[in-house]
Amino acid sequence: MIDSVKNACATPTDAMPYAELGLKDDEYARILELLDRRPTASELAMYSIMWSEHCSYKSSKVHLSQFGKIPKGERMLVGMGENAGVIDVGEGLAVTFKVESHNHPSYVEPYQGAATGIGGIVRDILTMGARPVLVMDPLRFGDADHPDTKRVLPGIVAGIGGYGNCLGLPNIGGEVVFDPSYQGNPLVNALCLGVMPVERIQLSAARGVGNIVVLLGAKTGRDGIGGVSVLASATFDEDGPANRPAVQVGDPFMEKLLIEACLEIFDAKLVEGIQDLGGAGLTCALSETSAAGKSGMVAHLDRVPLREATMDPTEVLASESQERMLAIVTPDNLAAVLAIAHKWGVIATAIGEVTEGTRLQILWHGEAVVDVEPGSLADDGPVYHRPMQRPADLASLNEAVAPDYPEVSKQLLLAMVASPNLCSKRWVVEQYDRIVMGDTVLAWPEDAGVVRLSESGLGIALATDGNGRYTRLDPYAGAQLALVEAYRNVAATGAVPISVTNCLNFGSPEDPEVMWQFAEATRGLADACTVLETPVSGGNVSFYNSTAGTPINPTPVVGVLGLFDDVTRRTPMGFQSEGSTLLLLGDTADELGGSEWAWAMHRHLGGVPPRVDLTREKLLAEVLIAGSRDGMLDSAHDLSDGGLAQALVESALAKGVGARVVLPAGPTAFVQLFSESAGRALVSVPRSEELRFSEMCSARGLPCTRIGVTDGDALDVQDVLRVGLEELRTAYEATLPALFGPLAGASAAHPSVAS
Amino acid sequence: MTFPGSLDDRDAQRAARLAGAEAVPLWHADSSLHDVDAVVLPGGFSYGDYLRCGAIARFAQVMPTLVDAAKGGMPVLGICNGFQVLCESHLLPGALTRNQHLHFVHRDQPLEIANAATAWTNAYQAGQVITVPVKNGEGCYVGDERTLDELEAEGRVIAYYVGNPNGSMRDIAGITNERGNVVGIMPHPEHAVEALTGPGTDGLGFFSSVLSSLVAAQ
Repeated sequence: MIDSVKNACATPTDAMPYAELGLKDDEYARILELLDRRPTASELAMYSIMWSEHCSYKSSKVHLSQFGKIPKGERMLVGMGENAGVIDVGEGLAVTFKVESHNHPSYVEPYQGAATGIGGIVRDILTMGARPVLVMDPLRFGDADHPDTKRVLPGIVAGIGGYGNCLGLPNIGGEVVFDPSYQGNPLVNALCLGVMPVERIQLSAARGVGNIVVLLGAKTGRDGIGGVSVLASATFDEDGPANRPAVQVGDPFMEKLLIEACLEIFDAKLVEGIQDLGGAGLTCALSETSAAGKSGMVAHLDRVPLREATMDPTEVLASESQERMLAIVTPDNLAAVLAIAHKWGVIATAIGEVTEGTRLQILWHGEAVVDVEPGSLADDGPVYHRPMQRPADLASLNEAVAPDYPEVSKQLLLAMVASPNLCSKRWVVEQYDRIVMGDTVLAWPEDAGVVRLSESGLGIALATDGNGRYTRLDPYAGAQLALVEAYRNVAATGAVPISVTNCLNFGSPEDPEVMWQFAEATRGLADACTVLETPVSGGNVSFYNSTAGTPINPTPVVGVLGLFDDVTRRTPMGFQSEGSTLLLLGDTADELGGSEWAWAMHRHLGGVPPRVDLTREKLLAEVLIAGSRDGMLDSAHDLSDGGLAQALVESALAKGVGARVVLPAGPTAFVQLFSESAGRALVSVPRSEELRFSEMCSARGLPCTRIGVTDGDALDVQDVLRVGLEELRTAYEATLPALFGPLAGASAAHPSVAS
Repeated sequence: MTFPGSLDDRDAQRAARLAGAEAVPLWHADSSLHDVDAVVLPGGFSYGDYLRCGAIARFAQVMPTLVDAAKGGMPVLGICNGFQVLCESHLLPGALTRNQHLHFVHRDQPLEIANAATAWTNAYQAGQVITVPVKNGEGCYVGDERTLDELEAEGRVIAYYVGNPNGSMRDIAGITNERGNVVGIMPHPEHAVEALTGPGTDGLGFFSSVLSSLVAAQ
């Protein structure tokens, strides 16, 4: 029997299974108080979903408010709070971008979990009125040689490729990182960016009494029930993943049709409001649109097209079936909306209407199963000031003695470039279409992806970075280091950094040590964004990334958006030709705490991460941007994981142009080559520009050291080591194929799209 | 031509424009070709590539008109998914199947032009090596031995892979019909038409070829 509102009133003392749905005792008491009766089964499901950590941000809200205090600047048209922030990029165009996690589903069911992660973030962008034009995937796995990584990684990569390639969105970059802290909880973050004429921005509010609520897209099935409330808002236990039915199944072809249909509907100005259905499905879309519009709404659940006729109203409300959107349409426009949907083969169904008052009533064959204030679901969820405590082991970690520094040798360099975090990621990215849409200017393995937005040359650059080891050692600095690395990557291409998105991957907020890490990281990020003048336009928090009580290394992943007025000026990462001068920008100090060397060679994590100097980062960015704009640079590569050595290797291998390097006096060769001091970049400049460029650096006060020339077919560091590029390439390329299977075919062509 | 699920249709339009042609968008559910002089069937995942790549697109409303036009000599180029549609429509022999290694693969791919006499390849020299991107999951060209022998004997292989990325039989990357007006190619010449966004401009020749052959035919 269906638990209607009438039935709930008649049976006020029936016990409801709130704890099984993830609600705490005090939260349930609050629901009883709000309703002044017991909730129906459907209402209980809705509260459990909307008040889950995933939907309500109940533990993070008080910390995220710091991002709202960063000055917005003039470009931000829509800030945090909507599905994604919108930024004015000129020429009447705006972009919207956001990064989100799909960690737990991807561990349970790698292919579908990762695929629907792409699908979900793409709909977040579409719902703002934008055409999605690119995706990126920051990925983190357990140890590369762990047997379970062989299950998880190939499935996740195939899922991202399978969904993104079929949608026709270029995958222009991301990260692939291995660390045992992600063994039982890989991080699958997905970023999407979309473009729209400024006047096409859509909002989600349902307004206008009598307007029709239209459900567009796929039929609703039993997939994904409990996805956000149970799967995303709790930790895995020792037995690992088992909750497979809580993962949704994706249909990228339906999503492609839905994108085209929605864009045509937006262009014809046929909707008053629109909201995607993702985690939390209809529950979230119905309550958020009506709450945002401060409107009433009535929805007839029995009109929702179903995959399985036996579904009950609670299941229909909780289903996370993919590829669905909810549009608010005036009665006059309904026929036109249905016609466009029909043209694209998209199912469209009027399921309700906007009403007087402020009640959300959901009916099942005419009988109310939900009757609530939508704001009580969407806005009045609990807010927690969780207890915080500095991790007990942090002092000893920070004081841990580093391994002895070795002499630099060819063997050390080859071992470093072959280590899983520094090696070539070709095995992964060759499975992604990086060029569809024909506007990709730079993609992996470049520092940042660069995409052209208009024929005039307007374009954007995007990079994502994160470093769990740094953040473990110092969450305040670690979050800032993630930001400055992405900022530097964007500036290295010549783009001006203008905005930030973030995906904050942490352990359980109920663990005071994790909560302290979260508070420190958000404070660090907000402080740095203020100084760098890069406001946060949106983001996502992913808690409960821990297994059997052990949290992941705290991993804020930060995405930085940069802007080009002329994308043909972009600076690539690779050395372009022989005879250019190599300049190292910035200062190198003895900073190997949390470094890739300590980890890859000694499995050592200790000390403190590199120092952050935001003023220096800003200066370095200004120089890199000016160098690109004035055509002074052949190449620019940011220095980060693996230090100068890794940058030299990557720049040399890009086009097969070697280098002769003479390390300046100062720190030892080992420190100069492997230290991870921030605020540095390696550039190559044509001889004819060397003087002009170095004078610009000294005029602005940026240290600029001549360290050699591009030359030959080897990397030759005088008096230290010499390695042929082919030997380097073999070491760099062999690691992932050895672990995950040979590369497709036998071509040796380098997969860079940069020319 | 846009089918539901076509993805590289905008890219093909841009390539045609850059070569000097006027690009006219065509729609799968419109049986008219709107007096165009040549048709490009673009890459993508028409109808989600469910069932079999190109197998559903073959039954699109526009296809009978297109098949008649192709049989009448109109230049038709099928790229990637378009090549699959041409094979499913029996305008070209053989079939495209799952890559031998079972992965989607995207990389810059050298090709050796083998037939520079078709409507779509006359801007090249036979033996010339060009580099264009390849990106597919089901690009492994297969045919029976007799078909493959015939294609090679009649010079109907238009390009071979230099370094086979997907297991295609005899390294075949693209083929043509007897008349040389219908060409199918798995790699993407339309993604090598601008130095800014591609590995070079080697792919532009496919689009300038068809303009030359149309002018010559007038």
